[in-house]
Amino acid sequence: MSGPKLKPEELAGKISHEIPRKRPTEPSVEFKHGTYNYSGTPKSAEYLQLPNPRKWQPTDPDWQLPENWKQIILEGLRDRLQRFRSLQIFMDVCVRCGACADKCHFFIGSGDPKNMPVMRAELLRSVYRNDFTFAGKILGKFAGARELTVDVIKEWFYYFYQCTQCRRCSVFCPYGIDTAEITILVRELLSLIGVNIDWIVTPVANSFRTGNHLGIQPHGFKDSIDFAVDELESITGIRVEAPINKKGAEILFITPSADYFGSPHYYTLLGYLALFHEIGLDYTWSTYASEGGNFGSFISHDLMKSLNAKMYAEARRLGVKWILGGECGHMWRVVHQYMDTMNGPADFLEEPVSPVTGTRFENARSTKMVHICEFTSDLIKNGKITLDKSRNDHRRVTFHDSCNPARAFGLIEEPRYIIRNSCNHFFEMPENTIKAQTFCCGSGAGLGTDENLEMRLRGGLPRANAVKFVKEKHAVNFLGCICAIDKATLPPLMEYWVGGVDVGGVHELVGNALVMKGEKERTTDLRGDPLETNGTAAE
Amino acid sequence: MNIVFSLLAILVVIAAAVLGAGVAKLYFLFGVIIPYASIAVFLVGIVSRVVKWAKSPVPFHIPTVAGQQKSLPWIRNSRLESPHTTLGVIGRMALEILFFRSLFRNTKMELRNGPKLVYGSNKYLWLGAIVFHWSMLIIVLRHLRLFMEPVPSFVFAIQGIDGFFQVGLPGLYITDILILAALSYLVLRRLVDARLRYISLSADYFPLFLLLSIAVTGILMRYFFRIDLVNVKELAIGLFTFHPVVPQVTGVLFYIHLFLVCTLLVYFPFSKLLHMPGIFLSPTRNLANNSRMKRHVNPWDHPVRVHTYGEYEDEFREKMKAAGLPLDKE
Repeated sequence: MSGPKLKPEELAGKISHEIPRKRPTEPSVEFKHGTYNYSGTPKSAEYLQLPNPRKWQPTDPDWQLPENWKQIILEGLRDRLQRFRSLQIFMDVCVRCGACADKCHFFIGSGDPKNMPVMRAELLRSVYRNDFTFAGKILGKFAGARELTVDVIKEWFYYFYQCTQCRRCSVFCPYGIDTAEITILVRELLSLIGVNIDWIVTPVANSFRTGNHLGIQPHGFKDSIDFAVDELESITGIRVEAPINKKGAEILFITPSADYFGSPHYYTLLGYLALFHEIGLDYTWSTYASEGGNFGSFISHDLMKSLNAKMYAEARRLGVKWILGGECGHMWRVVHQYMDTMNGPADFLEEPVSPVTGTRFENARSTKMVHICEFTSDLIKNGKITLDKSRNDHRRVTFHDSCNPARAFGLIEEPRYIIRNSCNHFFEMPENTIKAQTFCCGSGAGLGTDENLEMRLRGGLPRANAVKFVKEKHAVNFLGCICAIDKATLPPLMEYWVGGVDVGGVHELVGNALVMKGEKERTTDLRGDPLETNGTAAE
Repeated sequence: MNIVFSLLAILVVIAAAVLGAGVAKLYFLFGVIIPYASIAVFLVGIVSRVVKWAKSPVPFHIPTVAGQQKSLPWIRNSRLESPHTTLGVIGRMALEILFFRSLFRNTKMELRNGPKLVYGSNKYLWLGAIVFHWSMLIIVLRHLRLFMEPVPSFVFAIQGIDGFFQVGLPGLYITDILILAALSYLVLRRLVDARLRYISLSADYFPLFLLLSIAVTGILMRYFFRIDLVNVKELAIGLFTFHPVVPQVTGVLFYIHLFLVCTLLVYFPFSKLLHMPGIFLSPTRNLANNSRMKRHVNPWDHPVRVHTYGEYEDEFREKMKAAGLPLDKE
């Protein structure tokens, strides 16, 4: 990772929340290195059959938009207003009360007034007024209307790719205006004229072809899983089974591809493997559906649906009873709020029942997919696994609620219950920064690129600052989370703003603590770090 | 500029009433025709807007939740912040509509040296908003005494409570003071707070100025320049019962007040004041968090291009075979 040139205190010193006295009426945007993402490569765009594939960069004066770009956008907007009540209402009802203004991590970290959620929405709303409302048509600028120009498009690109769709503002909005919804739809509009970023279109193209964002082919997938099985054996002395593409298994397990290819995700994978072995789960991995995440959801509803379709298709092909999903944020937004609607009904699956405890997951009775934290907390509650908390005594843990599990479906207590049963030292960050009010990692929704690092560090400041608070107060050294993007992007964030805090999944903690039948005495945790010997672990 | 524009607009409205009713004495126009037309615009405007909203479907089930989901039986779920039943949703909506639940959550961020971010509770906006809206509602209900004969008893009850302190003569209504204070606060915060100033449009100042003018003219009539209420009531009941009479009211203040109200009614369906009906239809608030329990149907669902397992296996068959992975077709 190429670090930013500025030291943390210098970057912090540059953040000012002084607001200019006048709101600019003309669109303006400056593409400064470190604050924007590179454009989508033509190869990926072509593979996905997206419009207007070409070589271009946001810094180019000419973006080579199609001749009739304006007509495409306006017709696209009209069409979406008719298809999404959310958009129509969010365009009409905002009173600009300003409650959302300082709730956005990008505003907090950048001080850029257009990063106030209300202003982000106004970038679109001004065009909506101009072309779709009576007041805007007759009063023009006086009604806050703006004509759609190329500069407006550039502004949209900059600011709607400076939103991680975390929905924190939506919690505070008195009308529930959801900037994530507006962002998805504006990105959809931009995509119609070939304005995309590569960190989205290339993973989407990969996932479409190989089943996962990283473009790992089936044999590569098998290699990684086999490697993990070897690694787990060297730590625990137990060789676990990890069936792949196994027809007739009871459960299909799907997790983000970073879990088997990225670090520190990998230790969570070891945790899964250990857990599934210990409870004797009849499950299978899939190479075709080897991605839990869905970068399609960052750019359009159609691409979201297209990638998500693999989950049910594979569950049907393999003949499983239900699906279990690993730790991931936006994956779970898609699974919880979209999958059943887009690719259901899942009438070929059964209502999920834990084969170990017999618990019926009634909350997943229609979608038939259960979150691993729901599954594991039920195991612990029913005393089906033994956890030696002291094996995590070298971890002083805090927990980062990932935006989507927290605000899309309220998965708050399940991960905490698991953590409290897996380790002895757990400390919460301040109330305003967790649970429904959790702060984003600053890199979600496709923004986690190296070229965008400065903006990510700015956007991640509120989260990092809350971690720093518990580090100073309780000597916290481990940031638990349940999201693959978190696991990829929180480590550099911690290194930059906090220091001395490791990041890892909740099931890494479970894997450390899990007492397995017939295991050898553990001397290291799943990372290969020696276990603390002066604590209860030695007893 | 936005502020000046809004103020000018208000002055134009007032001038129109002064000239039309005060100078030209077009009482029937200002007392009967314009009010009827305004109410018609208001009703038709709101209904057509709500119909327009309702015509756009809710394709996906996207509530924003603010509390623990209903999952395992031993985990206490948050019935109001993350409701999974219709009753829970009604409760959540009621909290939102009657008590501005989300605004009540409001915090204030501050960046201190360090860097150190601190978040304090910030309830002023909530307080200003709730005081204004409730006062407005009570004042509107109090006005029913002008439109109805006999006056319903609940109106007297409201009047009694509102005038509880019985200060001065005529009795002072608390809501008259509160609405002025709240509106002044809501205007001032837009002027004083740099962020608010930045985001505010004419469309934000104008309705505040309009409401303030309505409140001020009403208060002037009640406490300072008394008008003949018998004539007002005769006019109001005539309007209400669709037997309009030629207004006998002569005070220009009354016509200014009435014309401002008519302006508000006409302005309403074309402005941000639509947040009143809009909140009821907001999909992030009015849906239950039961997305995995109950299938939500998208009426315009359409097929998309997918990469089938068959195509996938065709592309990777040799590699899968070499890796010993099971295949559908050898």
